[in-house]
Amino acid sequence: MEKLDNIIEALRHDLAEAVEAVDRPYGDAVLTVSRTRVHDVLSGLKTRGFDLLLDIAGVDGLHLGGRERFEVVYILYSLRDDLRARVKVFVPEGDMTLPTATDLWQSANWAEREAYDMFGFNFEGHPNLVRILCHREFVGHALRKDYPMMKGQWATGTSDLRPDIERE
Amino acid sequence: MGVSEKGIPLTKHETGLITTRIEEVIRWGRKYSLWPLPFGTACCAIEFMAVASSVFDISRFGAELVRFSPRQSDLMIVAGTINYKLGPVLRRIYDQICEPKYVVSMGACACSGGFYDNYATIQGIDQIVPVDVFIPGCPPRPDAILSALLKLQETIDREPQMGPRRPITEHGKTR
Repeated sequence: MEKLDNIIEALRHDLAEAVEAVDRPYGDAVLTVSRTRVHDVLSGLKTRGFDLLLDIAGVDGLHLGGRERFEVVYILYSLRDDLRARVKVFVPEGDMTLPTATDLWQSANWAEREAYDMFGFNFEGHPNLVRILCHREFVGHALRKDYPMMKGQWATGTSDLRPDIERE
Repeated sequence: MGVSEKGIPLTKHETGLITTRIEEVIRWGRKYSLWPLPFGTACCAIEFMAVASSVFDISRFGAELVRFSPRQSDLMIVAGTINYKLGPVLRRIYDQICEPKYVVSMGACACSGGFYDNYATIQGIDQIVPVDVFIPGCPPRPDAILSALLKLQETIDREPQMGPRRPITEHGKTR
């Protein structure tokens, strides 16, 4: 635990106002970070041993009445020190732009595509920000709380699986 | 050269000759040589493997020659969840099978979407392709698959073998 405390201390020292709040549930670290500084915090964590980005999660707080409607949560793991950290960013509905993390972790590529597919976050600088789970004719974002859960959408072509082939 | 029931040697003309209708021969052939194409997407496909292997042994019913190319098979077994993204793929593979072709919808997911009543899952593959036999279950027992095969053979038995198998309609077209 001490190790994680030291990392957070160093991070707060280097990136003064970037880390807005720190929570320590079950010995992990949850850092709430401002949207403009999220890339700095992520890169700071990476240089301090968090070499694995496990997942990027989206949260739609439409009915929760939180600070902003959306949240993006980066789930990190340090193989070196066996530590877990989560980085939380609030994202307003009107402007869903975030910096990409693909320059830090390759695993961010698909994770960000999934978050984009399900919620509509715009990860700026992502090399290929297209849908990954839903087909490309899908309209809307399925995991948003205002998307009708049972509303399916028909796909007309198979070009999702072979993007190099022109849509028939 | 064979002999008759009374032990009298058969003449050349009496040997190996049967009279029947060509349609009966085709029907007999089709019934007992279905070549399955497993379109397996979930746990139902594992159950199909059990049917194909020695304990249940689908070859007892002549349908053991599993092919993974639609051009070499005539029985598509859709075993598993089909989502909207996969729908056009399923339809295209069905279209590539030569006539006469048969479709078995195996398990709750393929038949009705199962418990996946959501934005991603097609609520029954009969919305995309015409289905001959539905097998309920999650997953169905191997016996149920064999039962479906027998049901399909009964269907083939009833159908005319010459000419188009079913009226060509808009049914089952990809939307």
